[in-house]
Amino acid sequence: MQDPVIQAQNLSLTFQTNDGPVHALKDVDLTIEKGDFVSFIGPSGCGKTTFLRCIAALEKPTAGSLTVNGLTPEEARRNRAYGYVFQHAGLYPWRTIGGNIRLPLEIMGYAKSDMADRVQHVLKLVDLEGFEKKFPWQLSGGMQQRASIARALAFDADILLMDEPFGALDEIVRDHLNEQLLKLWAKTGKTVGFVTHSIPEAVYLSTKIVVMSPRPGRITDVIESTLPRERPLDLRETPEFLALSHRVREGLRAGHSYD
Amino acid sequence: MRNLLPILTVLGGIVLLWYLAVAPMNIRVALDQAERAGSTITPEGSVERRSVSVFRLMADNSEHVRAAYALDRPRLPTPAQVGAELWKTTGDMALKGRAFSNRSLIYHAWITLQSTLWGFALGMAVGILGAVAIVYSRVADMSLMPWAIISQTIPIVALAPMIIVVSSQLGIEGRGVPKAIISAYLCFFPVLVGMVKGLRAPDPSQLDLLKTYDASGLQSFLKLRLPASLPFLFTSLKIGIAAALVGTIVGELPTGAVSGLGARILIGDQFGAPLAIWSALFAAAILAGLLVTLLDLTQRVALGRMEGRA
Repeated sequence: MQDPVIQAQNLSLTFQTNDGPVHALKDVDLTIEKGDFVSFIGPSGCGKTTFLRCIAALEKPTAGSLTVNGLTPEEARRNRAYGYVFQHAGLYPWRTIGGNIRLPLEIMGYAKSDMADRVQHVLKLVDLEGFEKKFPWQLSGGMQQRASIARALAFDADILLMDEPFGALDEIVRDHLNEQLLKLWAKTGKTVGFVTHSIPEAVYLSTKIVVMSPRPGRITDVIESTLPRERPLDLRETPEFLALSHRVREGLRAGHSYD
Repeated sequence: MRNLLPILTVLGGIVLLWYLAVAPMNIRVALDQAERAGSTITPEGSVERRSVSVFRLMADNSEHVRAAYALDRPRLPTPAQVGAELWKTTGDMALKGRAFSNRSLIYHAWITLQSTLWGFALGMAVGILGAVAIVYSRVADMSLMPWAIISQTIPIVALAPMIIVVSSQLGIEGRGVPKAIISAYLCFFPVLVGMVKGLRAPDPSQLDLLKTYDASGLQSFLKLRLPASLPFLFTSLKIGIAAALVGTIVGELPTGAVSGLGARILIGDQFGAPLAIWSALFAAAILAGLLVTLLDLTQRVALGRMEGRA
Protein backbone atom coordinates (compact mmCIF):
# COMPACT_ATOMS: atom_id res chain seq x y z
CA MET A 1 0.00 0.00 0.00
CA GLN A 2 1.28 3.46 -0.95
CA ASP A 3 1.52 6.26 1.53
CA PRO A 4 -1.59 8.44 1.48
CA VAL A 5 -1.36 11.63 -0.52
CA ILE A 6 -3.16 13.72 2.06
CA GLN A 7 -3.54 12.77 5.68
CA ALA A 8 -5.30 14.85 8.33
CA GLN A 9 -5.45 13.88 12.00
CA ASN A 10 -7.42 15.79 14.62
CA LEU A 11 -7.13 18.81 12.40
CA SER A 12 -8.71 21.94 13.90
CA LEU A 13 -8.75 25.55 12.85
CA THR A 14 -10.25 28.24 15.04
CA PHE A 15 -10.57 31.83 13.86
CA GLN A 16 -10.50 34.43 16.61
CA THR A 17 -13.12 37.05 15.81
CA ASN A 18 -14.64 39.94 17.73
CA ASP A 19 -17.66 37.75 18.45
CA GLY A 20 -15.50 35.06 20.02
CA PRO A 21 -13.83 32.02 18.47
CA VAL A 22 -15.25 30.43 15.31
CA HIS A 23 -14.51 26.74 14.91
CA ALA A 24 -14.06 26.47 11.18
CA LEU A 25 -12.71 22.93 11.52
CA LYS A 26 -12.82 20.65 14.54
CA ASP A 27 -11.07 17.29 14.89
CA VAL A 28 -11.09 16.40 11.23
CA ASP A 29 -9.59 13.02 10.33
CA LEU A 30 -9.27 12.15 6.67
CA THR A 31 -7.03 10.12 4.43
CA ILE A 32 -6.87 10.65 0.69
CA GLU A 33 -5.11 8.03 -1.42
CA LYS A 34 -3.30 8.60 -4.68
CA GLY A 35 -5.69 8.84 -7.62
CA ASP A 36 -8.77 9.46 -5.46
CA PHE A 37 -11.42 11.91 -6.58
CA VAL A 38 -12.66 13.32 -3.31
CA SER A 39 -15.62 15.68 -3.08
CA PHE A 40 -16.30 17.84 -0.06
CA ILE A 41 -19.96 18.65 0.29
CA GLY A 42 -21.85 20.58 2.93
CA PRO A 43 -23.62 23.86 3.56
CA SER A 44 -21.83 27.22 3.84
CA GLY A 45 -19.66 27.42 6.93
CA CYS A 46 -18.99 23.68 7.19
CA GLY A 47 -15.28 24.23 6.59
CA LYS A 48 -14.97 22.47 3.24
CA THR A 49 -13.19 25.38 1.60
CA THR A 50 -11.15 25.96 4.75
CA PHE A 51 -9.98 22.35 4.64
CA LEU A 52 -8.93 22.72 1.01
CA ARG A 53 -7.12 25.95 1.87
CA CYS A 54 -5.29 24.17 4.69
CA ILE A 55 -4.05 21.55 2.24
CA ALA A 56 -2.86 24.40 -0.02
CA ALA A 57 -1.18 26.13 2.94
CA LEU A 58 -3.39 29.19 2.43
CA GLU A 59 -4.66 28.75 5.99
CA LYS A 60 -2.76 27.49 9.01
CA PRO A 61 -4.45 24.86 11.20
CA THR A 62 -4.44 25.66 14.91
CA ALA A 63 -4.24 22.04 16.07
CA GLY A 64 -3.71 18.53 14.75
CA SER A 65 -1.51 17.34 11.92
CA LEU A 66 -1.80 17.55 8.16
CA THR A 67 0.59 16.09 5.63
CA VAL A 68 0.62 16.40 1.86
CA ASN A 69 2.76 13.81 0.09
CA GLY A 70 4.26 13.13 3.53
CA LEU A 71 5.39 16.76 3.88
CA THR A 72 3.96 19.81 5.61
CA PRO A 73 1.58 21.79 3.37
CA GLU A 74 4.18 24.59 3.04
CA GLU A 75 6.89 22.19 1.92
CA ALA A 76 4.48 20.47 -0.44
CA ARG A 77 3.64 23.83 -1.98
CA ARG A 78 7.29 24.59 -2.52
CA ASN A 79 7.54 21.21 -4.27
CA ARG A 80 4.66 22.27 -6.54
CA ALA A 81 2.51 19.47 -5.20
CA TYR A 82 -0.82 20.94 -6.24
CA GLY A 83 -2.65 23.12 -8.67
CA TYR A 84 -5.53 25.19 -7.32
CA VAL A 85 -8.68 26.18 -9.18
CA PHE A 86 -10.88 28.91 -7.73
CA GLN A 87 -14.58 29.52 -8.23
CA HIS A 88 -13.83 32.42 -10.52
CA ALA A 89 -11.47 31.67 -13.35
CA GLY A 90 -9.50 34.81 -12.44
CA LEU A 91 -7.69 34.93 -15.76
CA TYR A 92 -5.63 38.09 -16.21
CA PRO A 93 -7.49 40.20 -18.77
CA TRP A 94 -4.21 41.59 -20.09
CA ARG A 95 -2.80 38.15 -20.92
CA THR A 96 -3.86 35.82 -23.69
CA ILE A 97 -5.08 32.33 -22.75
CA GLY A 98 -1.61 31.03 -23.51
CA GLY A 99 -0.12 33.86 -21.46
CA ASN A 100 -2.36 33.02 -18.54
CA ILE A 101 -1.31 29.38 -18.65
CA ARG A 102 2.33 30.47 -18.80
CA LEU A 103 1.90 32.56 -15.63
CA PRO A 104 2.73 29.78 -13.13
CA LEU A 105 5.48 28.51 -15.42
CA GLU A 106 7.09 31.96 -15.56
CA ILE A 107 6.92 32.28 -11.79
CA MET A 108 8.40 28.82 -11.31
CA GLY A 109 11.16 29.57 -13.82
CA TYR A 110 10.50 27.05 -16.57
CA ALA A 111 12.51 27.30 -19.80
CA LYS A 112 10.82 29.12 -22.68
CA SER A 113 10.77 26.15 -25.05
CA ASP A 114 9.34 23.90 -22.35
CA MET A 115 6.59 26.46 -21.68
CA ALA A 116 5.33 26.37 -25.24
CA ASP A 117 5.06 22.57 -25.21
CA ARG A 118 3.29 22.57 -21.89
CA VAL A 119 0.79 25.20 -22.99
CA GLN A 120 -0.08 23.12 -26.07
CA HIS A 121 -0.35 19.98 -23.98
CA VAL A 122 -2.75 21.35 -21.36
CA LEU A 123 -4.83 23.26 -23.91
CA LYS A 124 -5.42 19.92 -25.57
CA LEU A 125 -6.33 18.33 -22.24
CA VAL A 126 -9.11 20.88 -21.62
CA ASP A 127 -10.19 20.93 -25.25
CA LEU A 128 -9.14 24.51 -25.95
CA GLU A 129 -6.73 23.93 -28.82
CA GLY A 130 -6.43 26.96 -31.03
CA PHE A 131 -7.43 29.41 -28.31
CA GLU A 132 -3.90 30.18 -27.17
CA LYS A 133 -3.82 33.65 -28.70
CA LYS A 134 -7.34 34.65 -27.67
CA PHE A 135 -7.95 37.01 -24.78
CA PRO A 136 -10.20 36.01 -21.84
CA TRP A 137 -13.02 38.37 -22.85
CA GLN A 138 -13.32 36.48 -26.12
CA LEU A 139 -14.19 33.23 -24.26
CA SER A 140 -17.41 32.08 -22.60
CA GLY A 141 -17.53 31.54 -18.82
CA GLY A 142 -17.19 27.78 -19.21
CA MET A 143 -14.23 28.12 -21.54
CA GLN A 144 -12.56 30.55 -19.15
CA GLN A 145 -12.93 28.05 -16.33
CA ARG A 146 -11.42 25.34 -18.53
CA ALA A 147 -8.51 27.67 -19.22
CA SER A 148 -8.05 28.16 -15.50
CA ILE A 149 -7.98 24.36 -15.05
CA ALA A 150 -5.37 24.19 -17.79
CA ARG A 151 -3.37 26.80 -15.89
CA ALA A 152 -3.49 24.59 -12.77
CA LEU A 153 -2.38 21.56 -14.77
CA ALA A 154 0.49 23.27 -16.57
CA PHE A 155 3.20 22.50 -14.02
CA ASP A 156 2.51 18.80 -13.48
CA ALA A 157 1.29 18.89 -9.90
CA ASP A 158 -0.05 15.49 -8.79
CA ILE A 159 -2.88 17.02 -6.82
CA LEU A 160 -5.64 19.19 -8.22
CA LEU A 161 -7.56 21.23 -5.65
CA MET A 162 -10.80 22.72 -6.91
CA ASP A 163 -12.91 25.11 -4.87
CA GLU A 164 -16.41 25.13 -6.38
CA PRO A 165 -14.89 25.51 -9.83
CA PHE A 166 -18.23 25.28 -11.63
CA GLY A 167 -20.33 27.07 -9.00
CA ALA A 168 -20.78 30.18 -11.09
CA LEU A 169 -21.77 28.38 -14.29
CA ASP A 170 -25.19 27.31 -15.52
CA GLU A 171 -26.27 23.68 -15.26
CA ILE A 172 -25.86 22.77 -18.90
CA VAL A 173 -22.29 24.02 -19.03
CA ARG A 174 -21.70 22.41 -15.68
CA ASP A 175 -22.81 18.96 -16.88
CA HIS A 176 -20.53 19.25 -19.83
CA LEU A 177 -17.56 20.31 -17.72
CA ASN A 178 -18.21 17.54 -15.19
CA GLU A 179 -18.01 15.01 -17.98
CA GLN A 180 -14.83 16.58 -19.29
CA LEU A 181 -13.31 16.71 -15.85
CA LEU A 182 -13.84 12.98 -15.38
CA LYS A 183 -12.14 12.29 -18.71
CA LEU A 184 -9.28 14.54 -17.72
CA TRP A 185 -8.95 12.77 -14.39
CA ALA A 186 -8.94 9.35 -16.09
CA LYS A 187 -6.27 10.54 -18.52
CA THR A 188 -3.97 12.17 -15.97
CA GLY A 189 -4.49 10.00 -12.89
CA LYS A 190 -4.30 13.03 -10.60
CA THR A 191 -5.60 13.13 -7.07
CA VAL A 192 -8.49 15.60 -6.95
CA GLY A 193 -9.98 17.48 -4.02
CA PHE A 194 -13.25 19.05 -5.13
CA VAL A 195 -15.46 21.37 -3.09
CA THR A 196 -19.08 21.61 -4.15
CA HIS A 197 -22.60 22.55 -3.05
CA SER A 198 -24.25 20.15 -5.45
CA ILE A 199 -25.18 16.60 -4.44
CA PRO A 200 -25.46 15.25 -8.01
CA GLU A 201 -22.11 16.79 -8.89
CA ALA A 202 -20.44 15.21 -5.86
CA VAL A 203 -21.94 11.78 -6.51
CA TYR A 204 -21.28 11.87 -10.23
CA LEU A 205 -17.62 12.82 -9.95
CA SER A 206 -16.25 11.22 -6.82
CA THR A 207 -14.67 8.02 -5.67
CA LYS A 208 -15.04 9.33 -2.16
CA ILE A 209 -17.62 11.81 -0.87
CA VAL A 210 -16.88 13.68 2.33
CA VAL A 211 -20.06 15.06 3.91
CA MET A 212 -19.45 18.00 6.24
CA SER A 213 -21.49 20.01 8.73
CA PRO A 214 -21.14 23.47 10.25
CA ARG A 215 -20.81 24.84 13.80
CA PRO A 216 -18.25 23.41 14.38
CA GLY A 217 -17.00 22.45 10.90
CA ARG A 218 -16.61 18.68 10.92
CA ILE A 219 -16.95 15.52 8.85
CA THR A 220 -20.23 13.67 9.39
CA ASP A 221 -19.82 10.90 6.80
CA VAL A 222 -17.27 9.56 4.33
CA ILE A 223 -18.90 7.64 1.50
CA GLU A 224 -16.87 5.35 -0.75
CA SER A 225 -18.55 5.45 -4.13
CA THR A 226 -19.73 2.15 -5.60
CA LEU A 227 -20.10 3.63 -9.08
CA PRO A 228 -17.88 2.32 -11.88
CA ARG A 229 -14.97 4.47 -13.08
CA GLU A 230 -16.54 4.83 -16.50
CA ARG A 231 -19.41 7.28 -16.00
CA PRO A 232 -21.66 8.45 -18.80
CA LEU A 233 -24.02 11.34 -17.92
CA ASP A 234 -27.12 9.08 -17.88
CA LEU A 235 -25.55 7.13 -15.03
CA ARG A 236 -27.28 9.74 -12.93
CA GLU A 237 -30.67 8.12 -13.47
CA THR A 238 -29.63 4.68 -12.18
CA PRO A 239 -30.90 3.36 -8.79
CA GLU A 240 -27.29 3.07 -7.59
CA PHE A 241 -26.70 6.77 -8.22
CA LEU A 242 -29.94 7.73 -6.49
CA ALA A 243 -29.07 5.53 -3.50
CA LEU A 244 -25.73 7.29 -3.12
CA SER A 245 -27.42 10.70 -3.43
CA HIS A 246 -29.86 9.62 -0.74
CA ARG A 247 -27.02 8.66 1.58
CA VAL A 248 -25.35 12.03 1.06
CA ARG A 249 -28.62 13.78 1.86
CA GLU A 250 -29.02 11.66 5.01
CA GLY A 251 -25.50 12.60 6.04
CA LEU A 252 -26.30 16.29 5.60
CA ARG A 253 -29.52 15.88 7.57
CA ALA A 254 -27.70 14.06 10.39
CA GLY A 255 -25.36 17.03 10.65
CA HIS A 256 -28.34 19.41 10.94
CA SER A 257 -27.30 20.99 7.68
CA TYR A 258 -30.91 21.64 6.79
CA ASP A 259 -31.77 23.40 10.05
CA MET B 1 -20.19 62.49 -34.23
CA ARG B 2 -23.19 61.87 -32.01
CA ASN B 3 -21.22 63.36 -29.11
CA LEU B 4 -20.62 66.54 -31.02
CA LEU B 5 -24.14 67.98 -30.86
CA PRO B 6 -24.45 68.19 -27.06
CA ILE B 7 -20.94 69.60 -26.83
CA LEU B 8 -21.68 72.26 -29.42
CA THR B 9 -25.00 73.08 -27.74
CA VAL B 10 -23.30 73.71 -24.40
CA LEU B 11 -20.54 75.68 -26.09
CA GLY B 12 -23.12 77.76 -27.93
CA GLY B 13 -24.92 78.46 -24.65
CA ILE B 14 -21.72 79.61 -22.99
CA VAL B 15 -20.80 81.91 -25.88
CA LEU B 16 -24.31 83.37 -25.87
CA LEU B 17 -24.22 84.07 -22.12
CA TRP B 18 -20.77 85.56 -22.55
CA TYR B 19 -21.96 87.96 -25.27
CA LEU B 20 -24.95 88.93 -23.14
CA ALA B 21 -22.66 89.69 -20.19
CA VAL B 22 -20.30 91.88 -22.20
CA ALA B 23 -22.67 94.85 -22.50
CA PRO B 24 -23.48 95.34 -18.79
CA MET B 25 -19.85 94.69 -17.85
CA ASN B 26 -18.47 97.31 -20.26
CA ILE B 27 -21.24 99.88 -20.51
CA ARG B 28 -19.80 102.32 -17.94
CA VAL B 29 -16.41 102.41 -19.65
CA ALA B 30 -18.10 102.75 -23.03
CA LEU B 31 -20.27 105.66 -21.84
CA ASP B 32 -17.30 107.44 -20.28
CA GLN B 33 -15.43 107.20 -23.54
CA ALA B 34 -18.43 108.36 -25.56
CA GLU B 35 -18.96 111.31 -23.24
CA ARG B 36 -15.33 112.33 -23.57
CA ALA B 37 -15.73 112.14 -27.34
CA GLY B 38 -18.60 114.64 -27.11
CA SER B 39 -21.78 112.55 -27.01
CA THR B 40 -24.59 113.39 -24.65
CA ILE B 41 -25.12 110.69 -22.05
CA THR B 42 -27.90 110.45 -19.45
CA PRO B 43 -27.17 111.03 -16.65
CA GLU B 44 -24.20 113.22 -17.34
CA GLY B 45 -20.87 112.61 -15.60
CA SER B 46 -19.12 109.40 -14.63
CA VAL B 47 -19.65 110.05 -10.91
CA GLU B 48 -23.40 110.56 -11.34
CA ARG B 49 -23.67 107.32 -13.24
CA ARG B 50 -22.11 105.31 -10.44
CA SER B 51 -25.38 105.21 -8.55
CA VAL B 52 -27.42 104.11 -11.61
CA SER B 53 -27.68 100.42 -12.45
CA VAL B 54 -25.98 99.18 -15.60
CA PHE B 55 -29.28 97.99 -17.07
CA ARG B 56 -30.79 101.42 -16.59
CA LEU B 57 -27.77 102.96 -18.32
CA MET B 58 -28.11 100.53 -21.22
CA ALA B 59 -31.80 101.34 -21.60
CA ASP B 60 -31.26 105.12 -21.47
CA ASN B 61 -28.25 105.14 -23.82
CA SER B 62 -29.12 102.25 -26.11
CA GLU B 63 -27.27 103.81 -29.06
CA HIS B 64 -23.95 103.39 -27.16
CA VAL B 65 -24.42 99.71 -26.21
CA ARG B 66 -22.69 98.71 -29.45
CA ALA B 67 -19.55 100.51 -28.28
CA ALA B 68 -19.36 98.20 -25.26
CA TYR B 69 -18.45 95.40 -27.67
CA ALA B 70 -15.53 97.20 -29.27
CA LEU B 71 -13.47 98.69 -26.42
CA ASP B 72 -9.68 98.60 -26.45
CA ARG B 73 -9.46 97.78 -22.77
CA PRO B 74 -12.77 96.16 -21.90
CA ARG B 75 -13.62 94.89 -18.46
CA LEU B 76 -14.89 91.77 -20.24
CA PRO B 77 -13.71 91.25 -23.83
CA THR B 78 -15.95 89.45 -26.30
CA PRO B 79 -15.04 85.93 -27.43
CA ALA B 80 -14.19 87.37 -30.82
CA GLN B 81 -11.77 89.87 -29.26
CA VAL B 82 -10.12 87.11 -27.24
CA GLY B 83 -9.89 84.94 -30.34
CA ALA B 84 -8.33 87.76 -32.34
CA GLU B 85 -5.80 88.48 -29.58
CA LEU B 86 -5.00 84.81 -29.28
CA TRP B 87 -4.38 84.59 -33.01
CA LYS B 88 -2.30 87.77 -32.98
CA THR B 89 -0.01 86.34 -30.28
CA THR B 90 0.25 82.79 -31.61
CA GLY B 91 -0.53 81.87 -35.21
CA ASP B 92 0.13 85.30 -36.63
CA MET B 93 3.52 85.56 -34.94
CA ALA B 94 4.39 82.04 -36.02
CA LEU B 95 3.59 83.01 -39.61
CA LYS B 96 5.95 85.93 -39.26
CA GLY B 97 8.62 83.56 -37.95
CA ARG B 98 8.58 85.03 -34.46
CA ALA B 99 6.93 82.11 -32.64
CA PHE B 100 9.53 82.27 -29.88
CA SER B 101 9.76 86.00 -29.37
CA ASN B 102 8.78 86.98 -25.85
CA ARG B 103 5.61 88.61 -27.13
CA SER B 104 4.41 85.30 -28.45
CA LEU B 105 2.16 83.08 -26.34
CA ILE B 106 3.75 80.07 -28.00
CA TYR B 107 6.99 81.01 -26.29
CA HIS B 108 5.29 81.50 -22.92
CA ALA B 109 3.29 78.28 -23.27
CA TRP B 110 6.52 76.46 -24.05
CA ILE B 111 8.13 77.81 -20.86
CA THR B 112 5.08 76.73 -18.86
CA LEU B 113 4.93 73.36 -20.59
CA GLN B 114 8.52 72.55 -19.70
CA SER B 115 7.94 73.18 -16.00
CA THR B 116 4.65 71.31 -16.18
CA LEU B 117 6.30 68.23 -17.63
CA TRP B 118 9.10 68.30 -15.07
CA GLY B 119 6.58 68.73 -12.28
CA PHE B 120 4.42 66.01 -13.77
CA ALA B 121 7.34 63.59 -13.93
CA LEU B 122 8.33 64.41 -10.37
CA GLY B 123 4.77 64.19 -9.06
CA MET B 124 4.18 60.95 -10.91
CA ALA B 125 7.33 59.41 -9.41
CA VAL B 126 6.44 60.56 -5.89
CA GLY B 127 2.82 59.40 -6.31
CA ILE B 128 3.71 55.96 -7.63
CA LEU B 129 6.48 55.31 -5.12
CA GLY B 130 4.27 56.56 -2.29
CA ALA B 131 1.46 54.27 -3.42
CA VAL B 132 3.77 51.26 -3.51
CA ALA B 133 4.98 52.09 0.00
CA ILE B 134 1.41 52.49 1.25
CA VAL B 135 0.20 49.22 -0.27
CA TYR B 136 3.17 47.20 0.96
CA SER B 137 3.72 48.73 4.37
CA ARG B 138 1.12 49.14 7.04
CA VAL B 139 3.28 51.74 8.74
CA ALA B 140 3.41 53.80 5.55
CA ASP B 141 -0.32 53.35 5.09
CA MET B 142 -1.01 54.81 8.50
CA SER B 143 1.62 57.55 8.40
CA LEU B 144 1.90 58.71 4.77
CA MET B 145 -1.74 58.86 3.78
CA PRO B 146 -2.88 61.44 6.36
CA TRP B 147 0.04 63.71 5.41
CA ALA B 148 -0.78 63.37 1.75
CA ILE B 149 -4.32 64.49 2.48
CA ILE B 150 -3.22 67.35 4.75
CA SER B 151 -0.78 68.54 2.08
CA GLN B 152 -3.71 69.17 -0.26
CA THR B 153 -5.60 71.30 2.25
CA ILE B 154 -2.89 73.98 2.27
CA PRO B 155 -3.61 76.60 -0.39
CA ILE B 156 -0.90 76.33 -2.99
CA VAL B 157 -0.98 80.11 -3.51
CA ALA B 158 0.23 80.50 0.07
CA LEU B 159 2.85 77.83 -0.25
CA ALA B 160 4.26 78.77 -3.65
CA PRO B 161 6.21 81.89 -2.53
CA MET B 162 7.71 79.92 0.35
CA ILE B 163 8.94 77.20 -1.95
CA ILE B 164 10.53 79.84 -4.18
CA VAL B 165 12.18 81.61 -1.22
CA VAL B 166 13.48 78.34 0.23
CA SER B 167 14.91 77.15 -3.06
CA SER B 168 16.67 80.45 -3.67
CA GLN B 169 18.09 80.20 -0.13
CA LEU B 170 19.37 76.75 -1.04
CA GLY B 171 21.19 78.37 -3.94
CA ILE B 172 18.98 77.04 -6.71
CA GLU B 173 19.23 79.51 -9.55
CA GLY B 174 16.34 80.33 -11.83
CA ARG B 175 12.70 79.56 -11.49
CA GLY B 176 12.54 76.17 -13.18
CA VAL B 177 13.13 73.96 -10.16
CA PRO B 178 10.78 75.67 -7.68
CA LYS B 179 8.08 75.84 -10.35
CA ALA B 180 8.42 72.12 -10.99
CA ILE B 181 8.24 71.44 -7.24
CA ILE B 182 5.04 73.49 -6.89
CA SER B 183 3.60 71.72 -9.87
CA ALA B 184 4.57 68.29 -8.50
CA TYR B 185 3.02 69.23 -5.17
CA LEU B 186 -0.39 69.51 -6.81
CA CYS B 187 0.04 66.62 -9.19
CA PHE B 188 1.33 63.81 -6.95
CA PHE B 189 -1.90 63.50 -4.99
CA PRO B 190 -4.28 62.15 -7.64
CA VAL B 191 -1.54 59.81 -8.83
CA LEU B 192 -0.99 58.54 -5.28
CA VAL B 193 -4.68 57.97 -4.59
CA GLY B 194 -5.30 56.33 -7.97
CA MET B 195 -2.29 54.06 -7.70
CA VAL B 196 -3.17 52.94 -4.16
CA LYS B 197 -6.59 51.98 -5.44
CA GLY B 198 -5.10 50.34 -8.53
CA LEU B 199 -2.49 48.32 -6.68
CA ARG B 200 -5.21 47.09 -4.37
CA ALA B 201 -7.55 46.25 -7.23
CA PRO B 202 -6.73 42.51 -7.56
CA ASP B 203 -9.15 40.51 -5.46
CA PRO B 204 -7.99 38.17 -2.68
CA SER B 205 -8.41 35.02 -4.76
CA GLN B 206 -6.01 36.37 -7.37
CA LEU B 207 -3.43 37.01 -4.68
CA ASP B 208 -4.11 33.54 -3.24
CA LEU B 209 -3.54 32.04 -6.66
CA LEU B 210 -0.06 33.56 -6.77
CA LYS B 211 0.57 32.23 -3.29
CA THR B 212 -0.22 28.72 -4.50
CA TYR B 213 2.61 29.18 -7.00
CA ASP B 214 4.86 30.24 -4.15
CA ALA B 215 5.41 33.55 -5.97
CA SER B 216 7.68 36.13 -4.35
CA GLY B 217 6.47 39.59 -3.41
CA LEU B 218 8.30 41.10 -6.37
CA GLN B 219 6.75 38.59 -8.75
CA SER B 220 3.23 39.29 -7.57
CA PHE B 221 3.92 43.02 -7.87
CA LEU B 222 5.23 42.81 -11.41
CA LYS B 223 2.85 40.17 -12.73
CA LEU B 224 -0.37 41.12 -10.99
CA ARG B 225 -0.52 44.36 -9.04
CA LEU B 226 1.29 46.59 -11.50
CA PRO B 227 -0.60 45.59 -14.66
CA ALA B 228 -3.89 45.61 -12.72
CA SER B 229 -3.22 49.19 -11.63
CA LEU B 230 -2.62 50.62 -15.12
CA PRO B 231 -6.22 51.66 -15.89
CA PHE B 232 -6.29 53.51 -12.55
CA LEU B 233 -2.90 55.06 -13.24
CA PHE B 234 -4.00 56.53 -16.57
CA THR B 235 -7.12 58.06 -15.07
CA SER B 236 -4.98 59.61 -12.33
CA LEU B 237 -2.41 60.86 -14.80
CA LYS B 238 -5.07 62.77 -16.70
CA ILE B 239 -6.12 64.56 -13.53
CA GLY B 240 -2.48 64.89 -12.50
CA ILE B 241 -1.27 66.62 -15.64
CA ALA B 242 -4.03 69.22 -15.45
CA ALA B 243 -3.10 69.80 -11.80
CA ALA B 244 0.56 70.07 -12.77
CA LEU B 245 -0.27 72.80 -15.28
CA VAL B 246 -2.26 74.74 -12.69
CA GLY B 247 0.63 74.32 -10.25
CA THR B 248 3.11 75.71 -12.74
CA ILE B 249 0.95 78.71 -13.52
CA VAL B 250 0.48 79.40 -9.82
CA GLY B 251 4.24 79.09 -9.44
CA GLU B 252 4.69 81.78 -12.08
CA LEU B 253 2.24 84.20 -10.49
CA PRO B 254 3.59 85.51 -7.21
CA THR B 255 7.21 85.97 -7.99
CA GLY B 256 7.71 88.52 -10.67
CA ALA B 257 8.45 85.88 -13.26
CA VAL B 258 8.73 87.40 -16.73
CA SER B 259 8.02 84.36 -18.85
CA GLY B 260 5.37 81.67 -18.79
CA LEU B 261 1.59 81.87 -19.05
CA GLY B 262 1.29 82.73 -15.35
CA ALA B 263 3.59 85.69 -15.85
CA ARG B 264 1.49 86.85 -18.81
CA ILE B 265 -1.62 86.76 -16.65
CA LEU B 266 0.12 88.76 -13.92
CA ILE B 267 1.59 91.30 -16.33
CA GLY B 268 -1.77 91.71 -18.05
CA ASP B 269 -3.29 92.46 -14.67
CA GLN B 270 -0.61 94.96 -13.64
CA PHE B 271 -0.69 96.85 -16.93
CA GLY B 272 -4.48 96.83 -17.26
CA ALA B 273 -4.48 94.69 -20.37
CA PRO B 274 -7.46 92.37 -19.94
CA LEU B 275 -7.06 90.97 -23.43
CA ALA B 276 -3.61 89.69 -22.51
CA ILE B 277 -5.02 88.02 -19.39
CA TRP B 278 -7.82 86.39 -21.29
CA SER B 279 -5.71 85.15 -24.12
CA ALA B 280 -3.15 83.71 -21.68
CA LEU B 281 -6.00 82.00 -19.81
CA PHE B 282 -7.28 80.49 -23.00
CA ALA B 283 -3.81 79.43 -24.03
CA ALA B 284 -3.51 77.61 -20.69
CA ALA B 285 -6.88 75.93 -21.18
CA ILE B 286 -5.96 74.83 -24.69
CA LEU B 287 -2.62 73.51 -23.45
CA ALA B 288 -4.35 71.54 -20.67
CA GLY B 289 -6.87 70.18 -23.16
CA LEU B 290 -4.09 69.02 -25.47
CA LEU B 291 -2.16 67.34 -22.68
CA VAL B 292 -5.23 65.51 -21.34
CA THR B 293 -6.26 64.44 -24.84
CA LEU B 294 -2.77 63.14 -25.51
CA LEU B 295 -2.87 61.04 -22.34
CA ASP B 296 -6.38 59.86 -23.18
CA LEU B 297 -5.27 58.61 -26.58
CA THR B 298 -2.24 56.91 -25.03
CA GLN B 299 -4.55 55.25 -22.53
CA ARG B 300 -6.91 53.95 -25.21
CA VAL B 301 -4.14 52.59 -27.34
CA ALA B 302 -2.14 51.09 -24.45
CA LEU B 303 -5.04 49.47 -22.60
CA GLY B 304 -6.73 48.37 -25.80
CA ARG B 305 -3.54 46.67 -26.94
CA MET B 306 -3.02 45.14 -23.53
CA GLU B 307 -6.37 43.38 -23.60
CA GLY B 308 -6.29 42.60 -27.28
CA ARG B 309 -9.18 44.89 -28.13
CA ALA B 310 -7.34 47.16 -30.52
